Amino acid sequence: MATSGSAQVPVEAFSSRVSTAPVTNPAPRHSALVRVAHWITTLCFFALLVSGIEIVISHPRFYWGETGTVLTTPLFQLPIPSSRRLVPTGYGYVLPDQNGWSRALHFEAAWIAVLTGLLYVIFGLLTRHFRKDLLPSKADLSWRALVTSIAKPLRFQRPSVAEASSYNGLQRLTYLFVIFVLFPLVIWSGLAMSLGFVSAFPWSVTLLGGRQSARTIHFFVSLALVLFLFVHVLMVCLAGFWSRTGAMITGRTGTRKEHA
Amino acid sequence: MINLSRRKLIVSGLAATAGASGLAVAARLAQKYGLIPPDHGGIYGFGETLTYASQRLLTRHSLAREFPRNRISPRPFPNYLDPLTEDFKRLQAAGFADYRLSIDGMVHQPASFSIADLKSCPSRSHITELACEEGWSYIAEWIGVPLSHVLHLVGVHPQARYVVYVSMEPDTWDSIDMADALHPQTFLCYGMNGSELPVAHGGPLRIRLPRQIGYKNIKFITRLTVTDNLKRFGKGCGSAACEAGYAWYTGI
Repeated sequence: MATSGSAQVPVEAFSSRVSTAPVTNPAPRHSALVRVAHWITTLCFFALLVSGIEIVISHPRFYWGETGTVLTTPLFQLPIPSSRRLVPTGYGYVLPDQNGWSRALHFEAAWIAVLTGLLYVIFGLLTRHFRKDLLPSKADLSWRALVTSIAKPLRFQRPSVAEASSYNGLQRLTYLFVIFVLFPLVIWSGLAMSLGFVSAFPWSVTLLGGRQSARTIHFFVSLALVLFLFVHVLMVCLAGFWSRTGAMITGRTGTRKEHA
Repeated sequence: MINLSRRKLIVSGLAATAGASGLAVAARLAQKYGLIPPDHGGIYGFGETLTYASQRLLTRHSLAREFPRNRISPRPFPNYLDPLTEDFKRLQAAGFADYRLSIDGMVHQPASFSIADLKSCPSRSHITELACEEGWSYIAEWIGVPLSHVLHLVGVHPQARYVVYVSMEPDTWDSIDMADALHPQTFLCYGMNGSELPVAHGGPLRIRLPRQIGYKNIKFITRLTVTDNLKRFGKGCGSAACEAGYAWYTGI
């Protein structure tokens, strides 16, 4: 039974493949590495976001320079309650302390995200993923092309069919900016808050203007990443949530009637 | 999808075996070189271990940043302090003349030091930042005797791996590995900014580890125990903080 069963599997797999795969485009929309890295990063991002917010709640004040405490003037303070009783918030209550697991989750998720990101960048360079899929061409960068790619989604126009298998110039620039500017900056400013790390690499914190500056930069870069996430999900919804999400899971752009 | 060739199967089998044995070898090496923290269990153990191991490899001997005197924070923030115990208040009333730091465990000569004894040891100071896990930080001058000096006086057994330190505050204790215990900036600290260490900041005696977060820098240190195994202390994960859900290693 086992032998006959296994003999049938390839035939079924083959036939199902023929029926659903887009005939014109046999290469997957996203390579397996991109897909796996995307979803691991997604999970890590949410873990980092939740735990990061939780840590900020214990001291929702931000400073510039090396030092800063409740006895010094902050650059700004978030208008939220705190989980520490000595932080003056104007609220009459103190939230429960959640920093233990938040810090542990934050650093663990950071490790997984950084290791995944390293693999992604190495393989992305080796397979020419960045050059092929993300580096914009000259035509992509023309004013007309860029204006179109901003104006279309602003008028809630769905992308054209051709855009299901490629990115426009603006998307390419955005992804490159997130991958090579925002992510490195958020990692750097995070490491600059590690007392152990900066003891070995003191320039990592002094270049950012001090420990509290690093913390403030970390906060704003995280905000920028959250903004990116919102726009990213909005664009995916506009293009067809299930088809685009499906492409990032299976690698295939479905050819069924979607506004791909 | 299912066109798994024999070659692919063999290659991925070999890769998986190599990966698994690589991990096993890495785990043994990590154990051997002391790269596994005592709180390596549980869902966050993976992250804790990666952080501790990589920082031990990168930062075993590195020095915390020191600052010029003009960068000392004018108003150091002492943070919240639980009400002092009656025992402590009695010692405080007598000017801490009877305050003692005892050292036991894997040492040749268990001993007990008064604050005056510690002050008669070579005094050192550094101007470093104290950073709290919550996010705030300040710079102060910390004056004390290097822990390594006191450990040298009592003679530490070669197989010692950790120093456990206990506070006069109830249920407050922690521990560090020998890399941190023997680190030149690790102080038994009795002075701050040119004068006595204020009680609010942990006076008469606080442990000062400028490469680790504030909560590891415990106030009112009264007992040190040198050991090769943290399993026998509390729940075995190395600190009271760890039992409350906070990491044992706080170089991050």
